Amino acid sequence: MDFQLSEEQMMMRQVVRDFATKEVEPGAAERDEKEEFPTAIFQQMAEMGLTGITWPEAYGGAGADYLSYIIAVEELSKVDASVGVTLSVQISLASFPIFAFGTEEQKQKYLVPLAEGTKIGAFGLTEASAGSDAGSLKTTATLDGDHYILNGNKIFITNGGEADIYVVFTATDRRAGYKGISAFIVEKDTEGFTFGKKEAKLGIRSSSTMELIFENCRVPKENLLGKVGEGFKIALATLDGGRIGIAAQALGIAQGALDKAVEYAKQRVQFGKPICDFQGIQFKIADMATKIEAARLLTYQAASLKDHGLPYGQASAMAKLYASDTAMEVTIEAVQIFGGYGYIREYPVERMMRDAKITQIYEGTNEIQRIVIASNILKDK
Amino acid sequence: MKIVVCMKQTFDTEAKVTLNDKGFIDAAGVTLVVDPYSEFAVEEGIRIKENLGGEVIIVCFGDKEADTAIRQCLAMGADRAILVSGPREDLDSPASVNILTKILEGIEADIILGGFKSVDNGSGQVMIRIAEQMAIPHVNMVVKIELQQDKAVATREIDDGVEMVEVSLPAVFTAQQGLAEPRYPTMRGIMQAKKKEIKYLNSEEFGFTTETINNLTKLKVHGYTLPLARGGGRIIEGAASESIVDLVKALREEAKVL
Repeated sequence: MDFQLSEEQMMMRQVVRDFATKEVEPGAAERDEKEEFPTAIFQQMAEMGLTGITWPEAYGGAGADYLSYIIAVEELSKVDASVGVTLSVQISLASFPIFAFGTEEQKQKYLVPLAEGTKIGAFGLTEASAGSDAGSLKTTATLDGDHYILNGNKIFITNGGEADIYVVFTATDRRAGYKGISAFIVEKDTEGFTFGKKEAKLGIRSSSTMELIFENCRVPKENLLGKVGEGFKIALATLDGGRIGIAAQALGIAQGALDKAVEYAKQRVQFGKPICDFQGIQFKIADMATKIEAARLLTYQAASLKDHGLPYGQASAMAKLYASDTAMEVTIEAVQIFGGYGYIREYPVERMMRDAKITQIYEGTNEIQRIVIASNILKDK
Repeated sequence: MKIVVCMKQTFDTEAKVTLNDKGFIDAAGVTLVVDPYSEFAVEEGIRIKENLGGEVIIVCFGDKEADTAIRQCLAMGADRAILVSGPREDLDSPASVNILTKILEGIEADIILGGFKSVDNGSGQVMIRIAEQMAIPHVNMVVKIELQQDKAVATREIDDGVEMVEVSLPAVFTAQQGLAEPRYPTMRGIMQAKKKEIKYLNSEEFGFTTETINNLTKLKVHGYTLPLARGGGRIIEGAASESIVDLVKALREEAKVL
């Protein structure tokens, strides 16, 4: 068992860390305050090749492994969880389904600009009455000559409004339940495709979360992704990998919060000593660091299994479950270590605490993760 | 166009330097980076290649640890590298200068770039001494280079402004901050860096054993001390005519600078 990262992975981590510290961190609080999408940062990430890091060079990517991408999301999320999730959605949710299930024409038309970062992507699955129960989605797609006509609404779509390319899941056959779901690639500005309100959120406020509205939206039938009725399989396969990206985001949030708490504890003097000299604080730091390390190992293991072509569904669910719970626990403790200052918006930990919560909810709630894990364990019995 | 960049690996400028019990720098656990001034030179070299075509060759005198620094330069866009290992001197640079000169003469570069100094010992002499030994012109502390056929116009910083110097090529140019802001290596660059060639050489191949170097070295470092910790300032109260007496007394007897 080799726990060492390769030279390339270490260099990648250092480059992304430098970039995150110099270019992403300084504006993070302001972007959160103003709910401002990180457009300029996204462009810089595109120039660095981060937006296509895992795809082959033939499709405009860097040809790196999945673990390298996970490390990049972790480093970005240490300073700005909104930037972390923007990249994660781009790669894991929008690009992956096209890479894995798309035709060559679809890959050239859609995957290449997503990889190069000239277009932003999004994943449209969730609806008002279909969250965890995604299979009960109601958006329909009906074949009419050379087009499918889409009708319905998607909510809580990350990168919504900013994205140009949307992978949207619809019911092509309502009677067949989840076997009647098909996926489509829908471009922004397609007639009949509009946006609803942008959500005002507790955290990851500079990530754009919007409603998608389809009203007799005509999508060319070439934009069917995969086969008719294959949509649910595509969604689940996509979320299996996306989960590792969220685990990395949560891991980054937790590590970032711990780093700030340790720095503060060394400087804050009470009762004549820096508070890091008190065992109460030391025990908190030890517990936080240990949980983070465990979360890291689970996350990297899931990524490594994927890179080796081995089954990773259970590992990714475990990673997402544990890392997100860790992020929540660690950020709460980080605020506690900062004391009164932790509650003040001028200090970064309250934002990290607000950001952490969503990682326990999206891309499969932690309750769903438990169902995935248990079903993997129990299926052979 | 053959562009050679002499690169040095140094301590991270944020690193906390400690001394070992022999009074020399304890390098254990300190992060090593591409020296910032070398980095400006590497970036400028890559930009020249992008504009005019050619090849960027990194030449580095250092230990195997310098591999990481070299890979970063390759990831930025340099094409290949030569790493020479051998005993390192502290301030006087006979080995570095002589070995680097020998390598550069073998390459026949059109342009030679390097940092004007390095952040560790700041002696600022290697590149200029190389130019002297190669009998080619050098322009120091350059913030801009404009290349023309067989010559260059370099803008350099001087005390009260800038000076533009025209030189024939080949020539040595040393980088000052402002020459070129180093790029972040791209992800593709990082992946490709591992396929690029690094040639490993040893200073003994050039006739430089530890003994030879010791004989050539004119300056010997006996040890280092860390600067004293900064104490707080002290405000001397009172009217100027009285406090000046206290001030002079303190400067003479306590600070011992008068």
